[in-house]
Amino acid sequence: MANVFRIAARNLWRYQRRTVLTTLLIALGILAVLLFVGVAGSFKHLMVGQITDSMLGQLQVHRKGYVASIDNLPLNLNMTAAQVQRLDAVLKATPQVQAWSPRIKFGALFSNFTETTNIRLVGVDSEAEARTVPLLRGRLLEGPKEGPLLAPGQLLVPELLARGMKVKVGDTVVLVATNQEGSVNGQTFVVGGIVESAVGPGGRDGYITLQDARTLLRLPQPEVSEVAIRLRSLDDMRPAYASLSVALGKLVNAQGQPIFEVHTWEALSPFVNIARMIDLLNVFIQVMLIGIVLISIMNVMMMAVFERVREIGTMAAIGTQPVRILWLFVTEGLLLGLLGTAVGTVISLAALWGLNLAKLTFAFGMQDKLVLAPTIAAGDVLFISALAVAAAVLASLQPALRASRMDPIKALHHV
Amino acid sequence: MSLVRAESLSKIYDAGGVAVQAIRDISFTIEPSALVAFVGPSGSGKTTLLNMVGTLDPPSGGKLWVVDTDVSTLSRRHAAEFRGEHLGFVFQDFNLIPVLSAAENVEYPLLMVQNRPAAERRQRVQDILEAVGITELADKRPDQLSGGQKQRVAVARALVTNPKLVLADEPTANLDSATAHRVIDLMRAMRDQFGTTFIFSTHDPRVMAEAELTFTLTDGALTQETSQAGAHHG
Repeated sequence: MANVFRIAARNLWRYQRRTVLTTLLIALGILAVLLFVGVAGSFKHLMVGQITDSMLGQLQVHRKGYVASIDNLPLNLNMTAAQVQRLDAVLKATPQVQAWSPRIKFGALFSNFTETTNIRLVGVDSEAEARTVPLLRGRLLEGPKEGPLLAPGQLLVPELLARGMKVKVGDTVVLVATNQEGSVNGQTFVVGGIVESAVGPGGRDGYITLQDARTLLRLPQPEVSEVAIRLRSLDDMRPAYASLSVALGKLVNAQGQPIFEVHTWEALSPFVNIARMIDLLNVFIQVMLIGIVLISIMNVMMMAVFERVREIGTMAAIGTQPVRILWLFVTEGLLLGLLGTAVGTVISLAALWGLNLAKLTFAFGMQDKLVLAPTIAAGDVLFISALAVAAAVLASLQPALRASRMDPIKALHHV
Repeated sequence: MSLVRAESLSKIYDAGGVAVQAIRDISFTIEPSALVAFVGPSGSGKTTLLNMVGTLDPPSGGKLWVVDTDVSTLSRRHAAEFRGEHLGFVFQDFNLIPVLSAAENVEYPLLMVQNRPAAERRQRVQDILEAVGITELADKRPDQLSGGQKQRVAVARALVTNPKLVLADEPTANLDSATAHRVIDLMRAMRDQFGTTFIFSTHDPRVMAEAELTFTLTDGALTQETSQAGAHHG
């Protein structure tokens, strides 16, 4: 087999210009795919990181039926204190879970004493929230850079609202909310910080402490609307989701119905559609790569067969088995594919390294100056390389078959 | 035992719907270690006959035995196997593989056809290069060789597998007279050294005279047999 490789390599060397051009074409295809996968993948991971680490968490648990009505922020579907205790026990027993944050979410009126508008609020335990969504502090345009995110009586105001209502840190504002019984309650708060807007649900919410939320809503019990969960790794999401679904599914109410529902961030954020589109584009560009490799290799190998008809005739005449002739041409295609893939991979990795050094920034939605840090997993590089090499072998099969089936007499007399 | 035996051999080609009889009812035998020439003008059927003996083209009728094998009905794969095992070929245009050196061209049948071990290949290539007198050309590529040198390499390639029979189609057509005689002399010497039978086709009268047995073909029919030794008309 090594000898077939040696002869195939020499045949490629014989037609240097054609080999170089084909190699460059394949390398260009590999470069386009790896760059796209690297940049798009990094963009996707960056945005997923922003969404999960600054707002949603990777998983969320609600009382059954809450998510179906999530736009209304229904207070009547809060989890009771007893239910939260049972949930805490399950979360503690789940090894993939790193932290969780209980929240109360509700709508309220926001007044700066001259104007009033509506606001979506999240009542949080300051420390638990910081542990669960560590990038939240990074969204603070103004406010505490260290220490607790919120003190009792403080409000983190979303950026757009602060700008529209012309409030700044230290100003006093009034929040008015309606509780489960329909009674209205108002309370003054001091603006403790301004929160940058972010893409997705919760990206324009204000924050107060959990205790202040309960006081404002006059909740007799320490109820919770949702529990956001941070996992030790995003890779743990599927197994953790499966494990929590099973564990929480066993907790049923008096009617035997499950009390809780678990969702991944994907089920809660519309960004998942963009992520899926990126994945689809990845597939599309890989299909294009296969096309490039197939066409270029097939073209080159067809030319090689037509140019070497007499040589093939000689090989066949002196007793070379057709299958050996087939392997010789397939090996030439394989070597071309390997060469193009190797060159393309080296150039791509160098380009990705250069992009990381350049620290290019981009804006997405309301977020600006996001640093583009493209990376690519070794698995992706291997998969794309294998795809290109497999396409090269596939493309050389037809010309190789043609060569192996040549009639030696006709081939020997070919002009 | 004859090395080649043909009985009522015929070959009919289909040329665009018209049947063309290239070989007509030919019978002959060739004994081992002979130096044989198929002669005749262009279109007389020399190459067709050589191709049939070389199992490259099956006969349309009659029987053909080569090295005790009925080659009339061999499948494509078995014919390739048979050629690789028992036959050697020398071509008019030398047909050396351009990317391989002279030694590698000679080694090719041992490597790609017979799959011999490396040590055996090296020894046999060295021996045959020495025998045909081109040891110093071992590392040269075909484009660095003269016509005569290329044909010597081709003869060495044909002989390296120790075939019973070497078939040479117009082996001297592209060579000058002196070189042509040297190539025929080489064939004779190799025949003497290895006992190999050489059959070559030619229309060059100077080369015909070198053969010990000459079959003359005219319009696909065997019209004359001139024997000096080693063969007789069947």
